[in-house]
Amino acid sequence: MRKDLVGQFSEEQMAGVDRLIEAYRNVPGSLLVVLEKAQDITLYLPVNLQRYIAAGMGIPPSKVSGVVTFYSYFSTVPRGRKVIKVCSGTACYVKRSGEVMERLKRKIGIEAGEVSADGEYSIEEVRCLGACGLAPVVIVGEETFGLIDPEHAEEIIEKNGQRGERS
Amino acid sequence: MTIDELNEIKGSYIDQRKRELEEGVVTVDVHMGTCGIAAGARGVFSALQGEIERLEMKTVKLRVTGCAGLCSMEPMITVHLPGQAPVKYGKLDAAKAREIFYSHVLGGRPKTEYAIGQGLEKPQKRVELG
Amino acid sequence: MISPVSKIAYCASRTCRFRKPIDVRALLEKGLDELGYRDRIGLVETECLISCFQGPSIMLLPGGKVFQVLSEERFTETLRGLISEPQLPTLPPPGEPRIEPDIPGIEHIDFFAKQRLIVLRNRGHIDAESIEEYIAHDGYLALYKALTAMTPEGVIEEVKLSGLRGRGGAGFPSGTKWEEARKYATFPKYVICNGDEGDPGAFMDRSLMESDPHAVLEGMMVCGYAIGARQGYIYVRAEYPLAIQMLRTAIDRARRKGFLGRNILGTGFDFDIDIYPGAGAFVCGESTALMFSIEGKRGMPRIKPPRSTESGLWGRPTCLNNVETFANIPQILLHGGAWFRSIGMEDSTGTKVFSLTGAVKNVGLVEVPMGTDLRTIIFEIGGGIRGNAHFKAVQLGGPSGGCLTEQHLHLPATFDTLQAAGAMMGSGGVVVMDDTSCMVDVARFFTQFSVDESCGKCVPCRVGLKVLLGMLEKIIVGRGEPSDLDRLERQAVHIAATSHCGLGQAAPNPVLSTLRYFRHEYEAHVREKRCPALVCTDLIRFEVDAEACKRCGVCAKVCPVEAISWRKKEPAVLNRDKCIRCKACIRACKFKAIH
Repeated sequence: MRKDLVGQFSEEQMAGVDRLIEAYRNVPGSLLVVLEKAQDITLYLPVNLQRYIAAGMGIPPSKVSGVVTFYSYFSTVPRGRKVIKVCSGTACYVKRSGEVMERLKRKIGIEAGEVSADGEYSIEEVRCLGACGLAPVVIVGEETFGLIDPEHAEEIIEKNGQRGERS
Repeated sequence: MTIDELNEIKGSYIDQRKRELEEGVVTVDVHMGTCGIAAGARGVFSALQGEIERLEMKTVKLRVTGCAGLCSMEPMITVHLPGQAPVKYGKLDAAKAREIFYSHVLGGRPKTEYAIGQGLEKPQKRVELG
Repeated sequence: MISPVSKIAYCASRTCRFRKPIDVRALLEKGLDELGYRDRIGLVETECLISCFQGPSIMLLPGGKVFQVLSEERFTETLRGLISEPQLPTLPPPGEPRIEPDIPGIEHIDFFAKQRLIVLRNRGHIDAESIEEYIAHDGYLALYKALTAMTPEGVIEEVKLSGLRGRGGAGFPSGTKWEEARKYATFPKYVICNGDEGDPGAFMDRSLMESDPHAVLEGMMVCGYAIGARQGYIYVRAEYPLAIQMLRTAIDRARRKGFLGRNILGTGFDFDIDIYPGAGAFVCGESTALMFSIEGKRGMPRIKPPRSTESGLWGRPTCLNNVETFANIPQILLHGGAWFRSIGMEDSTGTKVFSLTGAVKNVGLVEVPMGTDLRTIIFEIGGGIRGNAHFKAVQLGGPSGGCLTEQHLHLPATFDTLQAAGAMMGSGGVVVMDDTSCMVDVARFFTQFSVDESCGKCVPCRVGLKVLLGMLEKIIVGRGEPSDLDRLERQAVHIAATSHCGLGQAAPNPVLSTLRYFRHEYEAHVREKRCPALVCTDLIRFEVDAEACKRCGVCAKVCPVEAISWRKKEPAVLNRDKCIRCKACIRACKFKAIH
């Protein structure tokens, strides 16, 4: 089982997952923590990896899958190097985050949940980020953009990474 | 930890602030909650830090504090100049922050066009002033 | 001679040079050379130094004295004088701080002046990463008081006396909850802080955890002492990385100072707190679901009783409160329950923090005494509606709350009055909407949210909400029939009556409240196939009303596909074959002439 996974993930990533399983195997109730940390390492949790973790933790794969699919934090499909997160909270919604989403999808040429051909971006709608004062809000990678003008939403992709001190 | 130690921590913090006040240290609070950061507070912070380093100003202290509550005016800073009421500034960027730095922080003349208000909210107080 | 000046900053802005074409740097270099200070005084180029429009300025550091270079003549002599003057910063004159006449005082700004800070008292005022600053602002004094001068029962009595009710939404009396949790002699017991602020539009808990994390920890410690627990957990949503970071730092500092761990303050009380990052599920705001989530399971609510105070986390007595609730505790102990009770209203005591967002001028966190009316919150503190739009509705309480209208603005915001009006205090999200929001669409938005977040355990919520959503979508695309409105209402009432947990029971509120107060908008959608707010694209005809059109041509300019033709003094004409229905023209038209 591990062999198939090595094709998908690097040896280093797999070693990280193994260390996690080792550390938490006997800690009751630690499944969520293990999955959160595993996803930090592997970026997504496909079914075969879920099986691998289940076997390592000594719990049924159905249970792992149940947890993975329940929480929105987990992704079972690959993500881009930079994840574009469009806030779908109420304040953002009334300030037209829907349009922002549409424009960003068009700009990158992918649907929500897909990865761009170059592997750079994926785009998803996320729950309220709690920055309602700056609605609408989008996070690109690690960088947060607020007060976006829906008519010029594409600009944040161009600005991303080059938004220096003088912006 | 006993009550004496608790009072000692409090006392030594207040003493330190009093010393700074006597030395004429100007404190600049950059309000860096999630909202502030999303609005560009990091740029404001690094602009101020850059000027302080460039001028080797030892009498200006930059602090990071949380959100001041008025998201629509982010990024915000508060300038505490000894002998002056604290001034809150809003809707800043790196360039405006530098202007405030020279005009108010170094020159002592508040930059009224970017100011929101002066004074502190109740029941906030500056512990060093007693 | 040693000059007190260590650096000279000089202005290099173009405006100044334009006014007076003086090369200040060259002038300074020459002057310092002649005076023999070239190596001892550094030159720093800056942007504008205050007094533009007259000529380039220089600033002498460290003192900050500014001098304007108006002429090149005799500059070296002037410089000699300048650099020999003492540079010590002038000490503040004793007495009241100097006030700047042109800047308004905080006490005259409605946004700040009309608030009453209890939980937010340290906002923007202390460095969250410094435990010393928290202590200097009376931090951990309440814990000390509780541990050394009060019995656990006494603490509970004080909290009961204060009348504090849970700030997470349901408004359950906190003292009663603590008393329950204390009653059971099963150990270990747990304290949980609910930081899974799931309501979209609410961010007071995030702000509190980020800017004053020790206040939350202190409240939890006091609770631990009161109910007899030794372990606390803070469940924080993963969308709040900064809050998690600040709490981590705070817990670490508190442990090092001995506020957490064994034998706290030498009293024999042991307590520790760990953070549990949530993985994103709205339903985990429900207490039993949250506890399952900490146990590493799917967060699905269970049937109560038993209450969590009897059988909560790992089947042990657990006291769960929200972030804001815990942050109130230290102040209640310091100033007394009676003091707290004197603020606010009879049945809703103390203050409430609202996060005011949407179409208002001042967006932010607003802490006011319970019972403050909505008009004060929205129009005085919030500064009214932004732009030239008009107030239409205010949405309170997130997906479990409802929309209220102008006629409710006089209502005092308390748990009970809002509930009676069909909304909810909830966690305190206040989203103000102007006339560009369609209430049917708003109802659809919240229903969609609840559909996505339903855990799927019970049928009314899992299936019923989907049916409800389908009905709303049908209305929005223009296929609604008049009879749909009654069906919508019946469906909503059934879901509310038969759902298992709070999520399902409250999920129909947005539909019910909009049906109640904005029925005319629903009617317009189903009878006239018209969306009055021009939001529902399928119900917009994209026609120019020649009578309303003021012939300004703005619409033609903003149209991205040149579907609008316009000639001076003639009404615009919209070519629907070219139109991509992006609504840019509708938003641009000030006269509402396109619909």
